[in-house]
Amino acid sequence: MLRRYSIHTILILAGGLLTYLAYEEMISLYILSVLMFMGVNVIMSTSLNLVNGYMGEFSCGHAGFMCVGAYVSSILGVWLFSKDKVFGAPVFDPELALYAFPVLILAGGVAAALAGLLVAIPSYKTRGDYLAIITIAANYIIISAIENLGVIGGSRGFMGMKSVINAMEDAIYLPWMVIWVFVFTVLTVWVLRRYVSSTFGKGVSAICQDEVAAEIMSVNTNKIKTISFMVSSGLAGVAGGLFAYVIGYVNPGSFNILKSTEALVMVYLGGMGSLSGSVLSAVLFTILLEALRGLGIIKWIVIPLLLVILMQFRPEGIMGNKELGDLFPWLKRFYRFK
Amino acid sequence: MLASLLQNVINALQWGSFYSLIALGYTLVYGVLTLINFAHGDVFMVGAYIAFFVATFFLTTLGFPGWAALALCIPLTMIVTSLVGVTLERIAYRPLRRKGAHRLYVVITALMCGLILEHANLAILGASRKAFPPLIEETVYNVGGVAFTNLKIGVIVTAVLVFVFLEWVVTKTRVGMAMRAISYDKFAIPLMGIPLDNIIVITFVLGSGFAGLAGLLFAMSYPVLEPYMGALIGWKAFIAAVVGGIGDIRGAFLGGFLLGAVEIMVVAFFPSTFRDLISFTVLLVILSFKPTGLFGIAKTTKI
Repeated sequence: MLRRYSIHTILILAGGLLTYLAYEEMISLYILSVLMFMGVNVIMSTSLNLVNGYMGEFSCGHAGFMCVGAYVSSILGVWLFSKDKVFGAPVFDPELALYAFPVLILAGGVAAALAGLLVAIPSYKTRGDYLAIITIAANYIIISAIENLGVIGGSRGFMGMKSVINAMEDAIYLPWMVIWVFVFTVLTVWVLRRYVSSTFGKGVSAICQDEVAAEIMSVNTNKIKTISFMVSSGLAGVAGGLFAYVIGYVNPGSFNILKSTEALVMVYLGGMGSLSGSVLSAVLFTILLEALRGLGIIKWIVIPLLLVILMQFRPEGIMGNKELGDLFPWLKRFYRFK
Repeated sequence: MLASLLQNVINALQWGSFYSLIALGYTLVYGVLTLINFAHGDVFMVGAYIAFFVATFFLTTLGFPGWAALALCIPLTMIVTSLVGVTLERIAYRPLRRKGAHRLYVVITALMCGLILEHANLAILGASRKAFPPLIEETVYNVGGVAFTNLKIGVIVTAVLVFVFLEWVVTKTRVGMAMRAISYDKFAIPLMGIPLDNIIVITFVLGSGFAGLAGLLFAMSYPVLEPYMGALIGWKAFIAAVVGGIGDIRGAFLGGFLLGAVEIMVVAFFPSTFRDLISFTVLLVILSFKPTGLFGIAKTTKI
């Protein structure tokens, strides 16, 4: 009984507590926004871990897919549920945004998954460094395409998402963003855990070990690669959608290679092929970013330096291909890990 | 029509020269170590800054004439920049290589070293842009409606000379033979009495030295320096190297010119904001059809 429902109970309690604290405004907006960025970062790092850790590819354009998700979900939201200079009057009653919000975020995810095909299809033939290039190029192509779309603001960015959030809060007053970031973060980790521990997911690990051997063992590598890339980029799109609504403003410049590098850092900090490592490192990384905020530009010297040192002494990352349950066996008493 | 076409060709050759010079550094290191040295673009940036300091020192502090300053600037910049490259190799890459770490970890280290170089520069020198002092007087020649300067010709000629030199080093000399041997089999090489680490240091010296030269030429052609200038050019030069077939000197050289040509032609016919979009799409298409690049040889994978 305890083993079966422990995680569910903890998550429901944590989510409820968080919502209550945010509702009563007992934690400051700053901490709240840091917590929400933490959720977004968790989604980014775990989803990139599927491709870079479990599948053993080297994708370094993850922020491009985040960009697609952010733009699609915010444009849909502003078009359907708010009054805007570009799109005119809302199509639906703004109060309906309350129910449609998860659909908006998922729509961003689906669009990003389709953009993931840009990388998935070349990956049939290429691998390793050549694929790394394709992902970088994909990141640049996406950003550059959005910069050239003058209708949605081009490089000046796109805003108006706050009014959608306000409409939701007018309908029922709850800290909706906190709730949805929490829900989607939990959902992402759950989906990825189920994905990699399924029979299908064993094929992903097989590709990582040896692609040719996997193919001989009747693993349909092309299908697995396509689906894994699409799942990974789709989840990045979800992260992007949430990011856009949390900030209330998106511009293509914030999804450049530096953002992709951040995602890479989180994956390798946590350990390739370890979901709990990715979650842990995303949380740590966000805290680190905020803690070092006072240093200004020095922050971006300290963080890479820490990572270089980490690579020298513990190159496999914090968790190093293991899950929490492998490192702390007593945790298994409370929860079944596999 | 013909004149404007020729004009664009000259511009493309000059713009491609920078990509070529940087791509050569990427491809040298990759060919020997199969390591993507992501810090290389930032080594180029450091090279440009070193050139800036050396040039201002000679021009304003010592009051040298322009040509003398340039003549001293070229070797000094190359030496100091190659020191930066070798330092990176010694501090960051070599310990990892000794431990036999997975090459992805080395790539991440390289990426982080690039970030450190960028932001250390930003922290030390501030965000203000630096204006590069003019070293030589630019003379504009005009032949049949096609305008070009002595600087442009100099850049193109330098790129070609560097290519010929590197091709000679790699194919004709003993060091080059050792380099090719390392890329063929890293484990058998020390057994043959070839000093592995020395050859790798020479590779880094060559790659970073020519990145420094590229930085100097770039600063002379576009005399505005900023800390992030290396990042974008570095990524693009890397893409050029891959399109040419990474690990192959000729591939990097031609890939650089190809990328330069595509970018200049896009700017000539479309709004300039489309440059990245179209050039990257072209490269994506090339890589989709010829996954190992133009000169790359497909390796057969065995189990």
